[in-house]
Amino acid sequence: MDNVIRRRTVGARIGRAMLYAVLLLAALFYLLPLAVMLITSVKPLAEISPGTLLSLPREPTLAPWAKAWGEACTGMRCEGVGGYFFNSIAIVAPAVAISTVIGALNGYALTKWRFRGSELLFALMLFGCFIPFQVVLLPMAQTLGWLGLSSSRAGLILVHVVFGIAFTTLFFRNFFVAVPTELVSAAKLDGAGFFRIFWRILLPVSTPIIVVSVIWQFTQIWNDFLFGVAFSAHDTQPVTVALNNLVNTSTGVREYNVDMAAAMIAALPTLLVYVLAGKYFVRGLTAGSVKG
Amino acid sequence: MSLSSPGVQSAAGPGARRSSSGLLQAWLPKLILAPSIAISLFFVYGFMLWTFVLSLTNSRMLPSYDFVGFAQYARLMANDRWWVASTNLVVFGGLFVAICLALGLLLAILLDQRIRQEGVLRTVYLYPMALSFIVTGVVWKWLLNPGLGIQAMVRSWGFENFRFDWLVNPDMAVYTLVIAAVWQASGFVMALFLAGLRGIDDSILKAAQLDGASLPRIYWRVVIPCLRPVVFSAVMILSHIAIKSFDLVVALTGGGPGYASDLPATFMYAHAFTRAQIGLGSASAMLMLGGVLAILIPYLYSELRSRRHG
Repeated sequence: MDNVIRRRTVGARIGRAMLYAVLLLAALFYLLPLAVMLITSVKPLAEISPGTLLSLPREPTLAPWAKAWGEACTGMRCEGVGGYFFNSIAIVAPAVAISTVIGALNGYALTKWRFRGSELLFALMLFGCFIPFQVVLLPMAQTLGWLGLSSSRAGLILVHVVFGIAFTTLFFRNFFVAVPTELVSAAKLDGAGFFRIFWRILLPVSTPIIVVSVIWQFTQIWNDFLFGVAFSAHDTQPVTVALNNLVNTSTGVREYNVDMAAAMIAALPTLLVYVLAGKYFVRGLTAGSVKG
Repeated sequence: MSLSSPGVQSAAGPGARRSSSGLLQAWLPKLILAPSIAISLFFVYGFMLWTFVLSLTNSRMLPSYDFVGFAQYARLMANDRWWVASTNLVVFGGLFVAICLALGLLLAILLDQRIRQEGVLRTVYLYPMALSFIVTGVVWKWLLNPGLGIQAMVRSWGFENFRFDWLVNPDMAVYTLVIAAVWQASGFVMALFLAGLRGIDDSILKAAQLDGASLPRIYWRVVIPCLRPVVFSAVMILSHIAIKSFDLVVALTGGGPGYASDLPATFMYAHAFTRAQIGLGSASAMLMLGGVLAILIPYLYSELRSRRHG
């Protein structure tokens, strides 16, 4: 807003200072937990005592990180979260790729090859974005059993693809709607087929929405806990489940520094994506925010 | 909001279809969509129906199909833990939505005043949304730990009587969920509002300013009413997050102390997966779905109506 004229007065200057003060205070509120997490994760256990929440480590050490990665106990086993980190990658990568490809083709078919009832079909699929997943957990468990995919990574990939395509379809459909139809119609008159038009006309302009879809699916699936805890066994758990087990394993001394290091490990991939591609992340959130 | 995006253009069809070569080309789009539709019919609609059927049976450890009518719903209504969970959801959801809206709107308005380093601040406010609720829960559990967290820190500053033990206090535990959830989601609401503010036509503001209206008055009377659709979307998204909240409870309070901070999502999981009460768990899942629909249907209704009038 345009209040340049007022900026010179003393009152406005004080107002301006207060404005920045409030904004910085808010920034502190959002940053503090991350700072505490980071500080605690590089402190030796001896330095963790009442009142030292914010004090910097006197002897910074990466030992808690090493322990969280390779030795800390998650339930019965004491192998750290490293293996589960790779489980997450093994689940996330194919699930993101498959759901994005399906979403792109769906969005394309729904916008450039409309047919009677295609809008209704889209509305039908869209509903999948809104349901609380509790309502599908039990049937899913049984279905995975029938398919022989209980407690397997493949099973989790299937679950994430099945409940992800509603979102990816939504992203691509809303993006392709804005791509001029004239080009596509002309190509159709020239006899170009379904895939050829997709490959030559739609795909070259789709980079932004592909990035949005990939980032969105990546953060959703990486951060998933409900499906992970319901449909996995010890050796197929994603890192979020392992983190929760690690924190709640009640043997021996509570090692808060290791807990925080493990939390950092679980948080780093999505944080990194956010820092590198934050602009797209915001766009994905506002476009796909129905999932929240 | 995505639902109100450019919308329907129905003129793409007939001419193009006639010219496309062969039957396959005409059927290809439908073939491409068919698997997704089938998935949606089976895994979303079929599963909803399936859960409903399970909620009418006396399934315990394994699904059985001995129907008992609505007995599970009656048991649920008589279950003290369910009432605690539902009441908690109202308290948690209400506060979570209200505080996120207030904080998000405030920050968005303040950030919209030609702030230096706006991009940096925006990133700082929004980054918690990139984290898993499990990570959020773990961090806040540490901060709120009475023995080592904020309480101990303030006491070490000399305020010996300072108390902040909500995490272990059955009456207050549910509010720790509010704190952590607001921390995670309020920056996102800020981003929604900021996008809304940037979309408001400048000339309206100029006109109001020329009329001599003060800045707070302009915001209250002109700007905030313009943001009504954003408020609506935000409420809808936030209540959806609240109803589905599961991981945060598991990581932060574990539903405790006792079951003081249980929510329907954790209630459902506990009964269906660990307490061998599949029938009861299904009934609670159906009520959660009912809750979501109660929010969703008015939203979709008004969304569709406004599009027709607009």
